[in-house]
Amino acid sequence: MTSAVRLAGITKSFLGVTVLRDVDLELRAGEVHALMGENGAGKSTLLKVLAGVHRQDAGTVEIDGVAHTFAGPADAQRAGIAIIHQEFTLLPHRSVAENVHLGREPVRRLRVDRRRMVRETRELLDWLGEDGIDPTAAVSTLSVAQRQVVEIVKALATDARVLAMDEPTAALADHEVELLYDLVRRLRERGIAILYVSHRMREVFDLSDRITVLKDGAFVASAPTADLTSEDLVRHMVGRELSTLYPDRAAPDELGAVRLDLTDAGNARVRDVTLAVRAGEIVGLAGLQGAGRSAIARAVFGVQPFTRGTLAIDGVPRRITSPRGAVRHGIAFVTEDRKGEGLALRQSVRDNALLVRRSALRGRRSRVADDLRALLDSVNVVSRGEHQEVRFLSGGNQQKVVLAKWLAVDPKVLIVDEPTRGIDVGAKQAVHHLLRELARRGVAILMISSELPELIGMSDRIVVMHDGTPAGELPAGASEAAVMGLATGHEVGEVA
Amino acid sequence: MQEKPLPVRATPPEPRTRRFALTPTVIVYLALVVLLIVGSVLVGLRGGVLLDQAGLLNIFTRATALGLVAIGQTIVILTGSLDLSVAYLVGLTSLVAAETMAGQDGMIVPGVLLALAVAAVVGLVNGLVITVLKANAFIATLGVALILRGYLEHNYTGPAGDVPRTFQHLGYDRIGPIPVAALLMLAIAAACWWFLTRSRPGYHVYAVGGDIEVARLSGVRTRRTILTAHVLCSVAAGFAGIYLASRLGSGAPYVGTDAVFDLESIAAVVLGGTLLAGGRGGVVGTIGGVFILATLDTTFDALAVDPFFKDVVRGVVLITAVALYARRMVGRSP
Repeated sequence: MTSAVRLAGITKSFLGVTVLRDVDLELRAGEVHALMGENGAGKSTLLKVLAGVHRQDAGTVEIDGVAHTFAGPADAQRAGIAIIHQEFTLLPHRSVAENVHLGREPVRRLRVDRRRMVRETRELLDWLGEDGIDPTAAVSTLSVAQRQVVEIVKALATDARVLAMDEPTAALADHEVELLYDLVRRLRERGIAILYVSHRMREVFDLSDRITVLKDGAFVASAPTADLTSEDLVRHMVGRELSTLYPDRAAPDELGAVRLDLTDAGNARVRDVTLAVRAGEIVGLAGLQGAGRSAIARAVFGVQPFTRGTLAIDGVPRRITSPRGAVRHGIAFVTEDRKGEGLALRQSVRDNALLVRRSALRGRRSRVADDLRALLDSVNVVSRGEHQEVRFLSGGNQQKVVLAKWLAVDPKVLIVDEPTRGIDVGAKQAVHHLLRELARRGVAILMISSELPELIGMSDRIVVMHDGTPAGELPAGASEAAVMGLATGHEVGEVA
Repeated sequence: MQEKPLPVRATPPEPRTRRFALTPTVIVYLALVVLLIVGSVLVGLRGGVLLDQAGLLNIFTRATALGLVAIGQTIVILTGSLDLSVAYLVGLTSLVAAETMAGQDGMIVPGVLLALAVAAVVGLVNGLVITVLKANAFIATLGVALILRGYLEHNYTGPAGDVPRTFQHLGYDRIGPIPVAALLMLAIAAACWWFLTRSRPGYHVYAVGGDIEVARLSGVRTRRTILTAHVLCSVAAGFAGIYLASRLGSGAPYVGTDAVFDLESIAAVVLGGTLLAGGRGGVVGTIGGVFILATLDTTFDALAVDPFFKDVVRGVVLITAVALYARRMVGRSP
């Protein structure tokens, strides 16, 4: 196999911060090459250098043996490189053909040659074996998976021989992921070189021929996928063993009285939920997507309240029908959608940190701000000051601001939904220790996470949801197999 | 790997019945027809005729100036922008045209060209303030509108300039009940329709309005697209100014603001089914919107309805239309 693209000694820094340091990468025609690394490892930047979005400070991009310097994305496109961004880059109201040719519409006698656009789009769709998509249909009428296909066709329409995909499955449902795999394999068979950026271990092992790992902007390792195990990969990415990641669990004498108590609670999404969280305890809530984990969180927090059963805080039954009511009763909720629901992105660190206190407390207490410094320090927010807009912070620091906003009202019960999603390993560890520290101070914590190792590493007890109801409870340190067994509805021997 | 047929199956691609779907454009023309019928009946009950020679002339005349402004407004709104300076620009260009002509036949062509050039410059300024200074379109064009107002208020107290008799033919000649100027307006609308739906820059107008970041990443020159749209919009307003000068016989500083062309044109565009956020809609719908507004006004005049009640009805029509389109959009997305 010939190498289609060779990156050698790529170095790139922004404002004096080196993001890529002397990175090499070789991409061959007909190969799926996975690029892995923690957030902030430099994967996206490398992709953008390849796509001509950023210009490297040093190093060469060589295509078929010819060195290129890209002045912009259009240059890279001409050289046969196409990138599929994490977000969709399609116009929903325009047709498939119009989207595929966007910015490069063929013109014949002064007018856009619409027939040719449709014909070429149909040819590409046929070539991929995707003739179920109508080139004249509006993109808004397509499913997410079909949009992904259109996205790929749009990239291929530039005669791309190198396709860089940045987390292409992030927006897809499970069954759609399989279809994407299929498509990627077909592209490989047709001799396209694919650079595949992903966080998902399973995906990378299923799909790639070769894996390159970056860490802190530097090349760590590159090897055929067959020669690597997932443990190797984690070690390369993290640079340390996983077991050191989690803080110690609560000792039995650290557990206090029950703070959150649900008895036979239910609503349209969940039923028969009986669950107790003690002061000082972190209870993990496991389950598959849609099994009702987040629904419990949202019910306790009054977003979609329970309609049956009882909910007691510190032993007193409460009727919680709104988030405001939940906050008044000492419940805090870190949602899974940090940017959409957790933060006012264009407001300052200060305003975000004081948001709940200002809105939910009454009178003078709502205006207290002199402990802000201490509050932010307690969660270790790194910012350019309390007046910086939170949208400029890293994911990890944003999450710390979310935590600070809840700590500002001294919650009794803290619910965290995917608390470390999209933040890098260092910040993850900080969040883990922070949660444990809060538990030690007497907060009852209910934690939801799709990352099983994290959930198992953090929890003192794990409640597994299946199909809208708790399927069982596992002690600290349960195996992933035990959790998955309950989550998928199988009986497992070691259930205690 | 075994051959798999159609791995990603389209939810059966909407069959050809889409041709008959109730798009906002279809709705607006259906509404126009209904309005004409209801109007005729109401006026008929009062013993009058809505669509006689005078009535048709009235509708077309009302539609001409607003139509020209609204065509331009459609283009900028489709790019996701907006132009609030058109009303003052109409006044300014009417003055430029009339003062340059100064009653001489030989100055007609220079007068028209100069007025259009002034309009183009104002459009360019609007576009540059938005793209280079990155000012929000609302504020940018409001600012330019204030500047124009300041200029007009300082230099004019009333009508000025003189349009030669020959040029007044533009404003008053007609073929049967249809004014020539209205046909010219429709011709300009047709040209804009071609530009938006057939030319490459037109495609880019929709792309920029649909999602400017997507357009940029796809290699569309977004800045140039926005500039073009604003220049075209202002030139269209310039045509309206020239037309009004021809009708009035002179330039009038407040002819545009008295007719509230800024808000009326936006109303016509939105009534015609174009998304205020941009990226969807077109000139055909806008012309429908313009004629609905013109017909409403003519009908109310024929019925001698209280002008305040007239505005209430216009407001209700506008809100109903937008609510209707919003509902249809929700239904169409998966």
